[in-house]
Amino acid sequence: MSSSSDVAGKLMSAGDAVARFVSDGAMVALGGFTINRNPMAFVYEMARRRVRDLHLVAHSNGQALDTLVGAGCVSRIEVAYGGNGRFAPTCVRFRKAVERGEVAVEDYSNYQMALRFLAGALNVPFIPTKSGLHTDLVARQGFSSEYRAAHGLPDKKLIVMPDPFDGACDDVVLLPALKPDLAVVHVQTVGDDGTVRIKGLTFADLEQAKAARAVVVTCEEIVPAAELRVDPDQNALPPFLVDAVVLAPHGAHPTACRYFYDYDPAFLNDYRRAARDDAAWSAFLDEWVYDLAGHDDYVAKVGAAQLERIKADPVHGYAVGLDRR
Amino acid sequence: MAVNDDHATSAATVAGAAAQPFTSREMMAIAAGRFVSDGDILFAGTGVALLAAGCAKRVHAPRAVVFVETGGIDPALDEIPLAVADPRVMDGTCINAGIIEAFSYIASPRLHTIAFLGAAQIDRYGNLNSTCIGDYEHPAVRFSGSGGACDAASLASAFIVFMQHGRRKFVERLDYLTSPGWLEGGQHRREAGFGRGGPLAVVTDLCVLRFDETTHEMYLAERYPGVTDEQIAENTGFALDVSRAVDAVPPTAEELRILRDEVDPQRLILD
Repeated sequence: MSSSSDVAGKLMSAGDAVARFVSDGAMVALGGFTINRNPMAFVYEMARRRVRDLHLVAHSNGQALDTLVGAGCVSRIEVAYGGNGRFAPTCVRFRKAVERGEVAVEDYSNYQMALRFLAGALNVPFIPTKSGLHTDLVARQGFSSEYRAAHGLPDKKLIVMPDPFDGACDDVVLLPALKPDLAVVHVQTVGDDGTVRIKGLTFADLEQAKAARAVVVTCEEIVPAAELRVDPDQNALPPFLVDAVVLAPHGAHPTACRYFYDYDPAFLNDYRRAARDDAAWSAFLDEWVYDLAGHDDYVAKVGAAQLERIKADPVHGYAVGLDRR
Repeated sequence: MAVNDDHATSAATVAGAAAQPFTSREMMAIAAGRFVSDGDILFAGTGVALLAAGCAKRVHAPRAVVFVETGGIDPALDEIPLAVADPRVMDGTCINAGIIEAFSYIASPRLHTIAFLGAAQIDRYGNLNSTCIGDYEHPAVRFSGSGGACDAASLASAFIVFMQHGRRKFVERLDYLTSPGWLEGGQHRREAGFGRGGPLAVVTDLCVLRFDETTHEMYLAERYPGVTDEQIAENTGFALDVSRAVDAVPPTAEELRILRDEVDPQRLILD
C-alpha cells in the first residue's frame, strides 16, 4: 500500500531515524504500554547503534524499557511501572539494573506521568493532582538535587501545596511538565501525508507526542491520505507533529499491535528466561539484536510460522485461541 | 497496575465443610467478589482481581462495570487478559479511552468506583508497597513500581487488596509507601487531603481482613474453612485483633461453576 510516496519527505529507515533524532543523553518518551504497541523496531535499532546515557520517560513501559536497559543504553528513568503483566511482573533487566545501581530511577504513578506529558503538551510548567498525597512517591526523591542540577532537571521531583483557590488545608500535588527530546510511537497506519491512525487504546501516546520536541512514528502500513480522510474521527495525530515516518511491519513485536498481531507469548517467555542470567542475556542480545542487520532480518528470524500463530483476528483484534501459557 | 499478581500458583486446597474442594485462589476471588454491589464501577486489571470481578458480575452484580486503568471500559473479556494493555481489554468495550480519561472516571464523584490492588507489603492501616524491599536508593529487591495503584488508592471510592498471607508481607512498617491506605489511621486520610476512599478489605489466601471504623486498624473479619485464628496471627507481622472473626461462607457450587466454566475456562489465572 505504501506506493512510492516519500510521506512528505519524512519517510526513512529506522537507522536513519535513530541517527537523526537520538543523541547520547537524550530524553526519550516511549510509547505503548507493557506488552502493547512498544516501538520495538526503533528500540532494537537504538541498541544496535549502541546509543548511551538515555533518559527514559514513560508511564508503564515493559518490553521497550527492559530491552534498552538490558542493552546498556539507559542511565536514568522516570517511570511508574516496569513490568510485563503475567510475562514478567517486574521486568527482569530493569530489576537487576536498579538493584545493582546501574540506572537512576525516579518513581511516579501512571496518572502522574500521563499528566506530566499533558502539561508538556499544553506548554504549562506544572499540573496539579490529588494522587499520591502523603505517599513516598512524594516524600522520596530518586534523583538527588546534585544529580538534577547536573542533568538540567527541575530541582524538585514534585511539590505539595494547599489548593490556592479553595481552602487552605486541601492539599494538591504539583507535577513538573515533561518535554522529551523525542517521542517514539508505533502505530497501525500512517497516511502518505503523515497523518497518524492508532487502533485500540492510545495510552498516553498522544500527550507524549504533543509534548516532545520531535516525534518518530513507526508503522505497520502507509496508505493514501485520502483513505484516512474518509473517516477522520479515527485519526490520532496531524502530519505537522510528525518528524519521521518509519515503515516497520511487525515493528512492535514481541508486543501486540491491535488488528495486526497479538503479543508473542513464546518469545516473551524465552526473553524472561534469558534475562534472568547475565550470560544467557548477553547471548540473547547477540542473537536478536547485534547479529542482525536490521528489522527485516529480525522479522525473518521470528519466522512466518510464528507470525501466523500470533496474527490478529480481524473482528477481535487479537489472536483468538492463541496458546498463551 | 491493578494487581501485581506475582504468585503464579497457589493451588493448595483449602480443607473445609464445602460440598466440593476448592483452592485458596478460588476462595479469594469469590470472597472479594462478594464485596461488589450491583452498579459498581470496578477497576480491575489482571489476575485474581479479574476473576473476582467476573464472578461478581455473573453471580449477583450484573450491572457492575469492569474497567481497566489503560482505558478499556467494559470489555467483552471473551478471553482473559494477561496484562492491562492486553489487546483483550480493548475488544467489545463501550469505549477505548486514554489513560487520563480512565483516571478521570476513577476520580469521578458521580461514580462508586472500587479498585482491586495487589502489593508486596501492607501495614495495619492498609497502606501498600509495590516499589521495593530495603532502602529505596539501594533496594535489596526492586518491584514494578506504582503503575496505577497509587492513583486508584488515592482517587477511587474504595479499594480491596489481594495479598498472600505472610509475615514478610504483613509488616509493622513498609519499606516504601506506594499507595495510600488509611495512612496513620483515625482521620489521617481525610486530613491529608483525600476527599474519599480508603481500603475496604484485604483478601488473602487465609482470610478476609477489614478495618475498624474509628481507628482504621486492620482486624480479622472472616477465616476461611479449615484455617485457625492462630495460623492467621502467626502469619501477620503486627498484632491483629481476632476477636470479631466469624467463619467465611465457603464458595457455593454455583459460584465455583461460574468461576471455573465461565470466567476462566482455560485456567490461565486459576492455576
